[in-house]
Order: sequence, then structure tokens, then C-alpha cells
Amino acid sequence: MSVPTAFRTCPTTGLKVHLPAENLIKANAVVAVVFFLIGVAMALLVAMTRWPAVHLLGDEFFYRALTAHGINMLIFWIIFFEIAVLYFASAILLNSRLAAPKLGWLAFALMLAGSGLVDVMIALGKADVMMTSYVPLKAHPLFYLGMILFAVGALVGTSLFFATLVIARRDRTYEGSLPLVVFGAATAAIIAVVTIAHGAIIYIPTMLWSMGIIEHIDASTYRILWWGLGHPSQQINVAAMIAIWYLLGALTVGAKPINEKLCRTAFVLYILFINLASAHHLLVDPGVSSTWKIWNTSYAMYLAVLASMIHGMTVPASIEVAQRRKGYTKGLFEWLKKAPWGNPSFAALTLSIVIFGFIGGITGVTFGTEQINIISHNTLRIPGHFHATVVGGTTLAFMGVTYYVLPLIFRRQVVAQALAKIQPYLFGVGIVMVSLGMTFAGSYGISRRHWDITFAGATLQPAVDPTVYLLLGIMGIGAILAVLGALLYILITVGTVLAGKKTG
Amino acid sequence: MSGQQGKGEEERVPMWQLFYDNIFLLLALGVAIPVVFYTLWGVMELVNLPVWPK
Repeated sequence: MSVPTAFRTCPTTGLKVHLPAENLIKANAVVAVVFFLIGVAMALLVAMTRWPAVHLLGDEFFYRALTAHGINMLIFWIIFFEIAVLYFASAILLNSRLAAPKLGWLAFALMLAGSGLVDVMIALGKADVMMTSYVPLKAHPLFYLGMILFAVGALVGTSLFFATLVIARRDRTYEGSLPLVVFGAATAAIIAVVTIAHGAIIYIPTMLWSMGIIEHIDASTYRILWWGLGHPSQQINVAAMIAIWYLLGALTVGAKPINEKLCRTAFVLYILFINLASAHHLLVDPGVSSTWKIWNTSYAMYLAVLASMIHGMTVPASIEVAQRRKGYTKGLFEWLKKAPWGNPSFAALTLSIVIFGFIGGITGVTFGTEQINIISHNTLRIPGHFHATVVGGTTLAFMGVTYYVLPLIFRRQVVAQALAKIQPYLFGVGIVMVSLGMTFAGSYGISRRHWDITFAGATLQPAVDPTVYLLLGIMGIGAILAVLGALLYILITVGTVLAGKKTG
Repeated sequence: MSGQQGKGEEERVPMWQLFYDNIFLLLALGVAIPVVFYTLWGVMELVNLPVWPK
């Protein structure tokens, strides 16, 4: 059988790389990093305003920067990168051709046009509605159109992933079940379908409302449907991140899951139950019953939490087994001591597991309880939680895999390797400080989104415990460290793509 | 294809593995469960709230 010329063979892994897929991976990954840069710049402005000792921006620009930060980080950076991961997991890891690359470029164009439109509207001050854009806050119709275009593009990209799985099975490019990493990516893609569908359902009528065609959007209904987008969009991250954990375990120390059936079962628990956890954003909403809240956030959500705990055990266990197999068997922890801590991908993997599991996971589970949610809702505890999951977990994992994507897909040797070694630590330590500072300040009742914690000029002055100023100072210093770590990542990736030594 | 063994001698694939390998069945369930339990149930509860008297 002749091999089509659209393929090259990777000299390092021996994988057959479909060149149109490779180009799409490059395009999506590069654009993801550009949106990451925008998000990082906004992060610095937001953090320096929330740090009372600095209080940098005025209220109007604070909410604008907060809107841009949330959307660029939680939607654009993550989903562009995830589309690259989906193409990589389907076409490259399965040695297959990517289904309909032209549609892939259409998806890319739609996502780019949509995200560009959204950012322009935010920059022009036409969409100071924050990421949630709760009605009756109203943005310019083009903001909603941008979100719809982006969602449609992402849905097309996700569909190509499923089509590529069909092609790979038909062409028998793999034997038996899908490899675990691809199965994890499939989990992310399935969650993405639910997410994007909810986005389309809520943003289309909201756009018509902002155009004056629809008179009224019910705020409670908006919240249910929007959180069908908002929370699952972060569950796509979780599934993609865990697929990357398994990939990085294999790439950095040669780890293999000790029980693949268990790992797959954990992914299936995500597919079936993780999206129900959206309800924990509505635990203090009056319209929905306690039965609905308890079913969705307790019984169902705990099955997804169980899945995270399984992954949180199996990935480190597989690393330990791989290390012990290499002869690092002295005592309980020689395997850990002799781990490749100087490899930025391994450092990023380990920090991602620890930050996601111990800080993000534990805080997230407690918020899923009505009694705790009532005191933590809309406080800084919430962003304290998701900065540990999405930034300390997902973003660090994405950074870690980038150090392999650069030589394998861009075929460039990573530049400034000494800086690359410290980059995950700098970013990880910074984000831990951000997360803990926010979480504990939130425990003192500090509002999640308010521009000024002292409510200066308000008729009723809330009591602010002095400890809060220390905690927000820790958050501010952590933010500076995390921004430095992020800028280092951007410099290394851009420097590698533009000036890295070609690897063949 | 291996072609070494007859069809009758081929190892039986466990039922759970068949389920896990069926990505489109998982896709259908992964969409249906949240749509029924989270979205439709939640929206139905809101729709059935009594209207505030004028």
C-alpha cells in the first residue's frame, strides 16, 4: 500500500504525521498563545487593582480588564489550545489523516473572527459585562455574534476530531481500543459538544435581545443555560488536562497506567456526570428546587469527583512504578527524589497534579455543598478555586506539553533551556500564592468581583478584617510571579518557533 | 489482520470494553444525561413557577 505524500515520519517517535493536520495544530497553538498573552496582560491589571495597596485601575477599566481577562483566558486560550490537542490526539497519535482539513481551516477562521470581534467590542467599551454577561447587563450585538461564531468554529473543529476517529478505525491505523490519551481527548470532545450547544442556545436569543428584537430574557433561565456553557467549558479543560497528564507521564519517565480499565472508567464517569456539576453555580438561586440542586451537585457531582480522585492516584502511581522499574527503589521516596525535576515538562506535570488536586479539587468539592456555598458564593473563594484548577492545573499542563510539541510538531529545539527549567516553578509558585490569597480573603467575606473591597463612599461600610490586606498582598505578589512565569513561557515558545534550531 | 485464528476461537471482547469503545454511544449519553437532569429539569422548574400577581 502506498503512503500518501501528505505524511512525514517523525524521526523521534516514528509517528506518521499528517502534514495538513500539523499545519492546523501549529495555527491553533500559535493563536492560543497570542490570546494567552492578552489574558496575561489583563491578569496583571486586574490583580494590581484587587491588591488594595496598589489599586491601579478605575472602576470602568477594571471591569473591562476583568471581562477581557476571563474571556481570553477561560475561553480563547484554552479552547484554541484544546482544538490543537484534539487534532494531535486524533490524527497524529492514531497515525491517521485528519478528516477534511479545509473544514478545519474554516473552523479556525470562524474561531479567529469570533474571538477577534469579541476582543474588539471589549476594547471599545461596548461589552463591560464580564465573562458571565448575566442579563440584564447588555453588550453590543457584535459581542454575542463573536461568541456564536467562536462556538460554531469550535463545534466544527470538534466534529473533525470525531470524523478522524471514524477514518482511523476504518483505515485500521490502530488495533483494539483507542489509546488512553486519545480516549481522554474524546472525553474532552464529548463534553465540548454539550458546552458549545448550550452556548449557541443562550447566546442567539441574547444577541436578538441586545438588538431589540426580543423584549425580555429571563435572568434565571439565562443563568441555567449560560452555566451549561460556563462550567462544562472548564470540564473540557479538566479532561484535556488529564489526557495530557497521561501523555506527559509517558513522555517524561516512560509511565504506563497500572490499570487502564480503571482510568477509562474514570473518564466515562466524567462523560456521564461531570456536566451536572454546573448546578453548583446556582445553589443560591431561588427559582430551582433543592431536589434539583442536591441531585446535580451531590449525587451526580461526587461521581465525577471520584473520577478526579482516581486520576489523581493513577498518574502519580504510574510515575512511581516507572521510576522503580529504573532501579530507584531505595526507601519510600528515592523514585521521587531521582525524578527528572530539571525537565520543565515533568515539573509542570507534577505541579499541575498537586495544585489541581490539593487546592483546586478540595475547594471545588466543598463549594458543591449548599450549606458551604451559601457562605462562599460570590466571594473571592470562587476565583481562588478556579485559579488552582484552570491555571495551576490546566494551563501548567498545557505549558508542560508545549515543551514536547515544539520539537515534535514545530521541529525546533527549545531555546533558553535554563530559563525553561525554572519557568514552571515560577508560574506554579505564583499561582499557588494567587489562589490561596484569594481563597482565604474570600473566607473573610471579600467580594468576588467588586472593584473596591472597602466600598469607599458607600452608605453602609462593611467591616474588613486587617488580615485581608495581608492576604491580598500575597495574592498580588503571587500574581506578579505568575505573570513573569507566563511571560517567560511566551518568550520561550515564540523564540523557539521563530529562532529555534531546526531538528529535522 | 492477524488471520491466524478462526472466528470461533477469537477472544471475546468484554461487554464493558465494547461499551467504552463505542464513542458515539458515549457521546449520546454524555449529551443526554446533562440535558435531561440539568437543563430540561431546571428550565421546567422555572417555567412552572407561579407568576407574580399583578
